[in-house]
Amino acid sequence: MNLLARYAECIFWMARYMERAENLARILDVHETFARDTRGMTNWFSIVQLNADEKDFFSRHDRPTAEAVVHYYMFDTQHTNSLVSMLRMARENARVLRPWISTEMWTQINVFHNKLVEMNGKDVALPNLSKVCTWIKEECQTHTGITEGTFYRDQGWYFYQLGKYIERADQTTRLLDIKYHTLLPSPVAVGSTLDMSQWTTVLRSAAGYHAFRRVYPRGMSPTTVAGFMMFNEGFPRSVVMCVRQIDGLLTRLKSRYTLRNGSEAMEKVDELLGALLARPIEVVIQEGLHEYLDGVQAQLCGITNEIGRAFFGQDSVPMIQSQSQ
Amino acid sequence: MSVPEGKATDLLTNYDPGLYYDELFGGRDYPAEHSALIRQRLAGLNFGDLLRRSQDAERELYNLGITFLVYSNKDAVDRILPFDIIPRVISAKEWAHLEAGITQRVTALNLFLHDIYHDQKILKDGVIPADLVLGNSCFRPQMVGLDVPFDTYIHIMGTDLVRDREGTFRVLEDNGRVPSGVSYVVENRHMMQRVFPDLMQDIGIRPVDNYGHKLLDAMMEIAPQDVADPQVVLLSPGSYNSAYFEHIFLAREMGVPLVEGRDLVVENDRVYMKTTNGLARVDSIYRRIDDAFLDPKAFNPDSMLGVPGILEAYRKGNVALANAIGTGVADDKAIYCYVPRMIKYYLDQEAIIPNVDTRICREADALQYTLDNLDKLVVKPVGEAGGYGITIGPRASKEELADCRAKLLADPSNYISQPVVDLSVCPTVTDDGIDPRHVDLRPFAITGKNTWVLPGGLTRVALKKGTLIVNSSQGGGSKDTWVLQDGVLQDGAQEGSAS
Repeated sequence: MNLLARYAECIFWMARYMERAENLARILDVHETFARDTRGMTNWFSIVQLNADEKDFFSRHDRPTAEAVVHYYMFDTQHTNSLVSMLRMARENARVLRPWISTEMWTQINVFHNKLVEMNGKDVALPNLSKVCTWIKEECQTHTGITEGTFYRDQGWYFYQLGKYIERADQTTRLLDIKYHTLLPSPVAVGSTLDMSQWTTVLRSAAGYHAFRRVYPRGMSPTTVAGFMMFNEGFPRSVVMCVRQIDGLLTRLKSRYTLRNGSEAMEKVDELLGALLARPIEVVIQEGLHEYLDGVQAQLCGITNEIGRAFFGQDSVPMIQSQSQ
Repeated sequence: MSVPEGKATDLLTNYDPGLYYDELFGGRDYPAEHSALIRQRLAGLNFGDLLRRSQDAERELYNLGITFLVYSNKDAVDRILPFDIIPRVISAKEWAHLEAGITQRVTALNLFLHDIYHDQKILKDGVIPADLVLGNSCFRPQMVGLDVPFDTYIHIMGTDLVRDREGTFRVLEDNGRVPSGVSYVVENRHMMQRVFPDLMQDIGIRPVDNYGHKLLDAMMEIAPQDVADPQVVLLSPGSYNSAYFEHIFLAREMGVPLVEGRDLVVENDRVYMKTTNGLARVDSIYRRIDDAFLDPKAFNPDSMLGVPGILEAYRKGNVALANAIGTGVADDKAIYCYVPRMIKYYLDQEAIIPNVDTRICREADALQYTLDNLDKLVVKPVGEAGGYGITIGPRASKEELADCRAKLLADPSNYISQPVVDLSVCPTVTDDGIDPRHVDLRPFAITGKNTWVLPGGLTRVALKKGTLIVNSSQGGGSKDTWVLQDGVLQDGAQEGSAS
């Protein structure tokens, strides 16, 4: 059966927004625990940096207090990177897709969104933040589970997976980038207890702490953590793992449905995968991790554009205006 | 969970429909036999339980997103159509009468449309004033001389019926453009099955869930004959349309893509949709967009919703549209008055379901009568839908009557008048217990080669005490409509005596 180009685009973005929301909930959750230990405001501010939201944030807030940052990322409807905005976008896409997705998928996103909107500031006062973040994370995982169990396996499924893995790879690079950026420059701190606890936070944000421990039972260094998150072949949030998925998905999508377009997107994925496999983490860090991660993000962006050109219709105006990378 | 059988002091003891015909108790045959068991079961319920079930149902509708968008200020708000869990019950005999009446009416309206877009015999014979048809803004000259499959123009028809104090069903209005509401018919039934299975047990209710199949069959029938496996789509104005849920529902039930104008293109007078693999041919379109917005090349040039060039593809016979273009002239409130004569003219039959007595104010006598009896009549503008612009004489203030009089005199041909119909009532859950509320009924008929009528239809209920306007835009809700099967046990006495 034919898949409307517009539907493919909405499926892709619905998956991205849900994945993005889950990642943000993880980051907020982990930071809440983290902030308690250190009493510093820097930690909250790093979330703003992570998302490159400094300008927008300071246009509405004087200082990155815990309350301001939490509100900004949970409930600020004017802020496109807030959870409530992401859920709104996921729901808008899902609303368009209602003829295509399962009733359960739609219902869950709809109820999730409505509950989040109805929530007030009290519910997310700091003592409750972790609980709320856990709830959001679980709702996102419920979405993943319902999707796995009910989404009909045709073209749409491929676009869903593509959206999810591109977003996930992007989120991992961002998380790594900002942490590396803020944590490494101080040579004094390297190897200290504080440094270690910050790297633990990075791993926990990506649900990778225990897996990392299994691979590296003794010790933890910025290099091993960065290497694990970039290149580990078994960690579901590593960039290489995600890009391999994207590669396989595009290949199968094209062959199974004999789609004419998409060669450029596949070339770009090959290019990225080649680059990722070319150098070990030590060399990457030596040459500059930040620049490297920037490059990976740009390549993911390029893949998204090629997918859009190939399958979503070149001349079409984006379905929902503010769908953003 | 089961419903206890009725006791002497039960929920319906104090129920009083007053002078109105009651849909559950009946009129002259009060109490109606066919609904005895249902009454008995209802009567035995505890009001708290009924309220709880009612709230469960409404929460579920909201969670499922069975909603329509209401625009207030700048915000679009999702609203459910309030749902009342006491069903409206129609006996097998009553339904046979309605089914025949609706089929007759659809047949006559299709014959009328074919006639006015071809030989215009009915106009030449002076049965209907020619200017009323040819001067109608919904008359589409582009349709003149064009043949459509099976001469069917109105493939999907919604007929608004009311029941008067004597229990006679009457047609209040025909909807032959893009009638909506059928999704609620099916979803209300699903809801009842979830929250009230014990009330439905062994009643013998005719199913409504095959509507999508019947619609798809008709859409395939009317597709261009040279296409082996026609691609059907549903064309919607988009997710911000207030009836979007219904579009989703119908696309899903038919298993066809829900497209918007921007998904379609016309090349060489053929219609295509944009897919992940380029353009794919479209053969049959159930469009939920008005004529005026369908093709910016042919109609409203500002339309962003339509598909440029689609009219020409249609005229060439390369794509089917349901409903056909130009049906609006048949469901106009002014033409409505002539439908009984139309039935006589084309079919040589009397109308099985009569109209409400209607006066066309463009005629001098009718205008005078209307002006003289303004305080007793309902005055309606002919071009409006959704209950807007209506003046109900007996309930209007002096100012409203004066305003209505001025409008009538300024533009008499824009108005018709009707006596106030004492709409029948149905027991309804309210804050004060079970109370009578006014209802109407919109059955749906699908016509490809033949006509099929969905058993039942949308029962709309005016939830505000005393009000007669049932439109969802004006505080109306809906009920599940049960058409009873013939010959199933519907006699409450036997089951009652067993308990």
